[in-house]
Amino acid sequence: MGDFPILSLTLFIPVIGAIIIMILPREQERSIKYLAAISTLISLVLSLLVFCRYDMTNAGMQFVESIPWVKDLGVNYALGVDGISIPLLLLTNLIGFSAVYASWQVAERIKEFFALLLLLITGVMGTFVATDLFIFFLFYEVVVIPIYLLVIMFGSSKRVTKEYAGMKLTIYLLIGSAFLLVGLIALFIKAQAILGYPSMDIKTLAGLNYPVAFQIFAYSLMALGFGTLLSMVPFHAWSPDGYAGAPTAVSMIHAGVLKKIGGYGLIRIGLFILPAGAKYIAPIIALLAIGNVVYAGMICLSQKDLKYIVGYSSVSHMGYVLIGIASLNLISINGAVMMMFAHGVMAALFFAMIGNLYHKSHTRNVADFGGLAHQMPRLATGFMLAGLSSLGLPGTVNFIGEFTIFVGAFRNYQILTIIAISGIIITAVYILRTLGNLLFGPRKPEWDHLQDLRGPEMVPLLVLGGAILLGGILPFTLMDLINSGVGQLLTQIGPIQIGGIF
Amino acid sequence: MQNILQISWIIPVLPFLAFACIGLFLHRWPKAAAAMSILAIGGSFVLSLLVALKVFTGDPGQVFELSARWLSMPGLRVDMGIMIDPLTAVMLIVVTTVALLVQIYSLGYMDKDPGFASYFAYQSAFAGSMLGLVVASNFGQLFVFWELVGICSYLLIGFWFGKDSAKNAAIKAFVTNRVGDFGFLLGILFLTIVFGTLNFGELSTQLIGYDNIAVLLPISILLFFGPMGKSAQFPLHVWLPDAMEGPTPVSALIHAATMVAAGVYLIARAFFIFSHTPQAMFFIAVVGGFTALFAASIALVQNDIKRILAYSTLSQLGYMVMAMGIGAMTAGMFHLMTHAFFKSLLFLAAGSVIHALHEEQDIWKMGQLSQKMPVTTWTFVIGALALAGIPPLAGFWSKDEILLGAYVGGYTGLYILGSLVAFMTAFYMFRLIFTAFFGSNTNGHHAHESAPVMTVPLIILAILSIVAGFVGSPYMNNIFGHFITAPGVVHHEANLGIMVISSLIALAGIVLAWIIYQRKIINHESLRQRFSGIYNLLSNKYYLDEIYAWLIAVFVDGGARLLEWVDLKIVNGAINGLAFFTGWSGRTLRYTEDGQVQTYALYLFTGVVIILITALMAVFTAIV
Repeated sequence: MGDFPILSLTLFIPVIGAIIIMILPREQERSIKYLAAISTLISLVLSLLVFCRYDMTNAGMQFVESIPWVKDLGVNYALGVDGISIPLLLLTNLIGFSAVYASWQVAERIKEFFALLLLLITGVMGTFVATDLFIFFLFYEVVVIPIYLLVIMFGSSKRVTKEYAGMKLTIYLLIGSAFLLVGLIALFIKAQAILGYPSMDIKTLAGLNYPVAFQIFAYSLMALGFGTLLSMVPFHAWSPDGYAGAPTAVSMIHAGVLKKIGGYGLIRIGLFILPAGAKYIAPIIALLAIGNVVYAGMICLSQKDLKYIVGYSSVSHMGYVLIGIASLNLISINGAVMMMFAHGVMAALFFAMIGNLYHKSHTRNVADFGGLAHQMPRLATGFMLAGLSSLGLPGTVNFIGEFTIFVGAFRNYQILTIIAISGIIITAVYILRTLGNLLFGPRKPEWDHLQDLRGPEMVPLLVLGGAILLGGILPFTLMDLINSGVGQLLTQIGPIQIGGIF
Repeated sequence: MQNILQISWIIPVLPFLAFACIGLFLHRWPKAAAAMSILAIGGSFVLSLLVALKVFTGDPGQVFELSARWLSMPGLRVDMGIMIDPLTAVMLIVVTTVALLVQIYSLGYMDKDPGFASYFAYQSAFAGSMLGLVVASNFGQLFVFWELVGICSYLLIGFWFGKDSAKNAAIKAFVTNRVGDFGFLLGILFLTIVFGTLNFGELSTQLIGYDNIAVLLPISILLFFGPMGKSAQFPLHVWLPDAMEGPTPVSALIHAATMVAAGVYLIARAFFIFSHTPQAMFFIAVVGGFTALFAASIALVQNDIKRILAYSTLSQLGYMVMAMGIGAMTAGMFHLMTHAFFKSLLFLAAGSVIHALHEEQDIWKMGQLSQKMPVTTWTFVIGALALAGIPPLAGFWSKDEILLGAYVGGYTGLYILGSLVAFMTAFYMFRLIFTAFFGSNTNGHHAHESAPVMTVPLIILAILSIVAGFVGSPYMNNIFGHFITAPGVVHHEANLGIMVISSLIALAGIVLAWIIYQRKIINHESLRQRFSGIYNLLSNKYYLDEIYAWLIAVFVDGGARLLEWVDLKIVNGAINGLAFFTGWSGRTLRYTEDGQVQTYALYLFTGVVIILITALMAVFTAIV
């Protein structure tokens, strides 16, 4: 592929789409939707191409692009992907493409909606392909604005108002990024002192030897920032309310990929640059991870609103990712990356199905439903697929993530991992109860008028469901790639032993 | 003939292909779906026969293994593969035979059901998963298919999802199994850490001479959690009776013959681990023995034909697990095989009755079926005789092997327990037969014999229930024991005394049932009243369901509500409080900015005064 800037193209095609949408007259609703669909499709195809063309035998950053940008700060517009970022890039595009179709029924302010959605997708993608810390942070901040506008303009008010939800989501994101910013600046200054020249290149920064005390300080800040983004207990409160208030597409993207920036950051920036800090803080993260799995999982049992169930469940699942990252070994981090991908497609499918049902029935209260499989067998299939992957059934990609994390984490934290594994029982209870009360039982005539999924509504089910099954049945397609990336990263930082605080 | 082993991986793949085909293309054509499904399992059946022929004409110790990389990274390797040895071959035959017959039978039983196509899709998925489990070459693969048969079971129990009872039974089955799988998974994780491999062959090599009991004991107990869930051993047995909400052919295949036996199969497959730790073996034997007795006692007073059979299944599974625990692995597997044939026969015959009586399952509302449904009746009787252990039917040989193992092995307590269970089994089965098939009551039902598509499978299974035992009998030099064995398994010579005693015990049970329920010499109503305390305890299944429901309501749901309160009031409360404080301080301080020049002048002046005073004090202290 030579010098063909495939990553830049993947990244900016949605922006181009957004600009054209801005220019189009408001009445051209069809064209706006098609344009959004086409631009996300192109990005999806390009990222699939990246996935297929990536040379695993030669691990490390590939498809690199680098243009000097701010010389005085050592900032380059630098992009590249490796085995850790490709799955997340692919995930973003799978969800982005599905999110456009899940929003097909949006009827008001279509122009604004799709333009903002495309910007959001670009922002998220950018964080995964940036190899420059400044560019990473820039894209991270780009994400915040579309999220806020989309929630307060297109959200829905239930337990909390959409304004409250939007504000909560945004403030949490900003608090997270504030901690992050302090950490990054500290890192930059420290690195400049060691290097003698300014650099924002992640790999250069990672090659330096920072004093342990500094690493602990900087990593703590990042753990707070990225942890909040990853809804680490007790910084998770934004997640259920935020998802409940947000429109379907935003819930899909937010739960699906945006919060994975937290996990990605902890690995790519935290662990890679500050291994000694990561090692020191890891036991705390592992402990909080258990809080995620058990505490949020139990709360799911008492929830009545579908979006809250999936919201808390997503907090619970992030516990697996966190304990995977905190275990700091190849297997556990492989599992954590896999789990981020798996949870992404699963949560996005769940939110797509909920959004569809809510649009037709105007309620999300589980008790209002029952026996929906009679009227809407396809929707029921979507819910079942999402639910079964959520409870980690083999044959779905989630099982691969969970199993790998358990094997890896068990080496370092026996007791904590045993508690974490009890999550598979809790998840089974709330998922099967919810699915049972929603889909099965006697037919309710008041829902006879609901139409099953058809036409564009099928796209999220096919795309995301296909990814769930394909990854679950042929896990090596993804896992080999992830393993090449994580393996490379761990060799670069050298051996680390768990220890630290406890 | 090596070729047949090379292509044996097709056996589990065929039903999965049928599942995919039906799910993607054929779901609108029920007849085609059924044909596809039966064709696939038929193909697997033929291949299994060829494989078995190859294995049983060869050397007992030889193992054929073929595997493909599935999930691998440094330090973790899970392959998808096949491992063919005599144990696998027996299971292949059992699973494909019963599955094929059940699917053919279902053509009649599920006729005109609106979900006909999806029923066959699920059946195919189950057959594929079960066969994948049977041929698994490592614990990772086994766990994958272990969970997959669990989800197929969930889907088939809840097949008539319009019924709330079916929905709840399905959830209960899956969740109870998950509790068992939690322990099972931990056991597997321990294995990866201690031995660094999950492959059966590699593990058994590493275990030779390994005698660190402190490591093996927890591993064995944790692994045994899996069979406790899947093979419904006490206290995780509660899901199996409720699982009878599924269509009867499903109960026959999954909840009697194959899936519930997977736990026993797992113990046999990993016998080289369990047999290392006597303590774990003793634990397994006690759990199995207790389950056998406990479930048989409940079966004595049940009135629903399927529930009686379900508790009987529990009891027999307990028998098999007990056999494993006392080291009689061969006997346990032998009983698994014979039980698969006669129990699926009993369920399918019961299904034939239920079908004829329009979903009537209460044995007291049946009666005189022997005249109206002769084939069903006599095949049912053959199944019951086999289950009761009357010679020379299949159940006699296998049960006798277990009792023999207990007696010779020195487990006198378990031998007596086993004999008692055998007596109870004969009694409750013939209580059912004399009431439902030969009872005088007619209740005005118009039963008629089922169609050949249902009766032919019954006849085939009845023949198997008669002859299948001979492979483990002295007449055929116990060829079964020659092939199915493991290091540590002792074989005992047949003991005529034990045979005679166990036959007499079974006969006594039948005679007692005949006295009470056929000749009515003893009135069963007055018996019930005299022992009403025990009767209520038994008919309420020792109130375990109620106890579990209470525990769940208090600890699980109560805990959930408590944590929700914590999350809303404390976690969110703190955040909203912080937000409120920020807003409040803003609102309060706002009053200082009132836009009046006088006020600002006042602030200015106050500031100047404060600075002056501070400066003066500094000067003053410097001077002093």
